[in-house]
Amino acid sequence: MSLLLNEEQTLLKDYTHSFFGEKLPISALRALRDGKNETGFDRDLWRQMAEMGWAGVLLPETYGGVDFGYKGLGQVLEESGRTLAATPLVSTVLLSAPLVLEVGSDAQKQNILPAIVSGDLILALALEETPRHTPANTALHAEADSDGYILNGAKTFVLDGHIADQLIVVTRTSGAPGDVDGLSMFLVDGGANGLTRKRTTLVDSRNAANLTFNNVRVEPDALLGPVDRAYGALEAVLDGARIGLAAEMLGSGLEAFKRTIEYLKIREQFGVPIGSFQALKHRAALMFCELELTKSTVLEALTALDEKRSDVPQLASLAKAKACEMIELVTNEAVQMHGGIGMTDEEEIGFFMKRARVAQQTFGDAGFHRDRYATLMGF
Amino acid sequence: MNALERFRAKTRTWLEENCPLSMRTPMPEEERVWGGRQPKFENPDSKIWFDRMVAQAWTVPAWPKEYGGGGLSREESIILGEEMGRLKCRVPLFSFGISMLGPVLLKYGTPEQKAKHLPPIARGELRWCQGYSEPGAGSDLASLKTRAEDKGNHYLVNGQKVWTSYAHLADWIFCLVRTDTTTKHAGISFLLFDMTTPGVETRPIALISGGSFFCETFFEDVIVPKDQLVGKLNGGWDIAKQLLQHERGMIAQIGRAIGGKVPPVYKVAKKYLGDENGKIDDPALRDAVVQHTMNDRAFDLTIKRAAQESEAGTASGGASSMFKFYGTEQNKKKFELIMKCVGTNGLGWEGDEFDDDELMICRTWLRSKGNSIEGGTSEIQLNVIAKRVLELPD
Ligand SMILES: Cc1cc2nc3c(=O)[nH]c(=O)nc-3n(C[C@H](O)[C@H](O)[C@H](O)COP(=O)(O)OP(=O)(O)OC[C@H]3O[C@@H](n4cnc5c(N)ncnc54)[C@H](O)[C@@H]3O)c2cc1C
Repeated sequence: MSLLLNEEQTLLKDYTHSFFGEKLPISALRALRDGKNETGFDRDLWRQMAEMGWAGVLLPETYGGVDFGYKGLGQVLEESGRTLAATPLVSTVLLSAPLVLEVGSDAQKQNILPAIVSGDLILALALEETPRHTPANTALHAEADSDGYILNGAKTFVLDGHIADQLIVVTRTSGAPGDVDGLSMFLVDGGANGLTRKRTTLVDSRNAANLTFNNVRVEPDALLGPVDRAYGALEAVLDGARIGLAAEMLGSGLEAFKRTIEYLKIREQFGVPIGSFQALKHRAALMFCELELTKSTVLEALTALDEKRSDVPQLASLAKAKACEMIELVTNEAVQMHGGIGMTDEEEIGFFMKRARVAQQTFGDAGFHRDRYATLMGF
Repeated sequence: MNALERFRAKTRTWLEENCPLSMRTPMPEEERVWGGRQPKFENPDSKIWFDRMVAQAWTVPAWPKEYGGGGLSREESIILGEEMGRLKCRVPLFSFGISMLGPVLLKYGTPEQKAKHLPPIARGELRWCQGYSEPGAGSDLASLKTRAEDKGNHYLVNGQKVWTSYAHLADWIFCLVRTDTTTKHAGISFLLFDMTTPGVETRPIALISGGSFFCETFFEDVIVPKDQLVGKLNGGWDIAKQLLQHERGMIAQIGRAIGGKVPPVYKVAKKYLGDENGKIDDPALRDAVVQHTMNDRAFDLTIKRAAQESEAGTASGGASSMFKFYGTEQNKKKFELIMKCVGTNGLGWEGDEFDDDELMICRTWLRSKGNSIEGGTSEIQLNVIAKRVLELPD
């Protein structure tokens, strides 16, 4: 139960650090934003990342993966968070690949997983329907008929939804919104008839889309996993994603903090560096504590995922809640401590705050996860 | 089975056979054993437990055998701690000698000083107190004025200390004194002396929590033999700071020590607020309780990570200040939360209208306020983090 990185994980972290620093610095995100780039990410770079094995980090060798585990992936995510790199790591690697691996049929695995590993296939999970994360509230209806299923309804906040080659759509096949039973998942082609995809332009300049399903017809073999019983696998994969996202947020928090501390040392007012003012020192020290605590929860949660421990759900909520609280504090303080410069689009510190708020809302914010932790612990 | 597994098995059996059942229950403060020339054992079992642990030298499991320690390796003493935790064994001996003085004596003491002072500490025969703070020197400790003058074959100590915890019950004191008045930090020395030496006087001070365990301590022409100086003359500040790190580490753990009598906050919340449908019935307090609990868990994990890092030699420093700051603030919050949950039942000062736990909660809540003051205030810990870890300018 080590909370430290082993040698391989350390090497991976160092390598990804320079990779993201060189290839996907914040200026790359700015360029995607300002150029109104349709895809919102760089597909060639994604293939390069895939060549290095990152797309198949969680997948076994049978499908071409490197099976490096969550703790390894966590390091990639943390470093991607430092430069706010726009990649399909969350949609494809954290969410879709483990979901297919976990509940997919042999044919589905053979069709999908090697293509994920090679970087050729991007998948998105179409889950949310309301402005706040509540997986069981799924209403999008899938009606069985003799030829398969017909899907009707709408999805929102689908990460990489408009660029995904295929979608995993969470649907309701029985029961009512709010029930955990009665959910089923389907693989739907990105270009399916009756599917409309609209990219939403979000504050973090990353990819998300609204989808509408108007009598979208799928074959029986599009069903991913069991009918009506998708919730368990979905929650398990969401926990992996929550923890992975917490790792990304940790990276963003560490970087925003580092930049702020550097600024406190160089910016002078009243003839002295502003970092000599105790009002700022104490707040900086508080942020340091919050970052250290978050780091510990992320490492423990990643370790628990790799060890397939039974306390993964608690730890997922712990890590995500701490990451949300930490990043809200750190990004707000970062902008404040930069003064007027912090409010400008030219200074990069604001990008961290914008990304933070989106990441906070993704898969449950601090309040959601405190409530979930309390319930899991019987409070 | 490897050697460590055998050690674990042996230790477990020994503890199961030797730790009296009543020593596996939460410990009320008055049952703590402090040792000393006149040791007190409120509970007879605690004497049995104390004697057995002393015989094993497990009051200080990791100290070297030649100085009365158990001579256990780091791994073995961790295992002992885990096994004691598993059985919920009480700490057999509370001692500033063990938690504060011992580690610096091991490092800075002469062989004679170690041989003289460490074994009685290990056996709980002498009780020590800490003479650091003075009326004019609190956070700015290095401005201390208590003088020790060189009189040839001894030092002559004059001055006053304050907030000296348990000075009235202590047998010996480790004391910071000024031996050079022309500089600040470089004019401080670290002295040890017997509290029964003529010229030493203590006056207990009443606390907001009702007890009076700390004192004003006066020194008038106290004669201290020269071989009771630890380290170099005027070299006391480094020793003082190291000792503070040990003290901070200890205070940070307050509230999470094995055998603490206060139940977890969520249990108090359920008991006083109700838990229909298994949920604490007040949503606002439920959220506050869970947030506090999660921070506790994150803090525990951080302690664990720091221990692993220091073992691996990758520790980044500044940890003891972070732990002192965060741990004590958490403990204060815990009692504020408990007081909110208990409501007016927590407001009793004394009398039969309140049960013992409720009275204890109120007193402990008040006592917890000192956690972020003693051993260096929270503000001072934040200063240390800003300076040493973040390297922000003065
Ligand atoms: C329960 C308890 C037990 C104790 N036991 C002992 C003991 O056994 N032996 C011993 O020697 N001492 C002991 N102390 C004393 C303790 O170490 C001091 O109280 C502490 O160091 C603070 O000093 P002070 O009381 O003079 O407060 P001050 O230093 O006067 O501080 C007052 C306030 O000013 C703030 N402040 C001071 N300087 C700064 C700064 N630079 N930046 C920002 N804020 C600042 C402080 O944080 C605090 O909030 C004990 C104290 C308590 C409460």
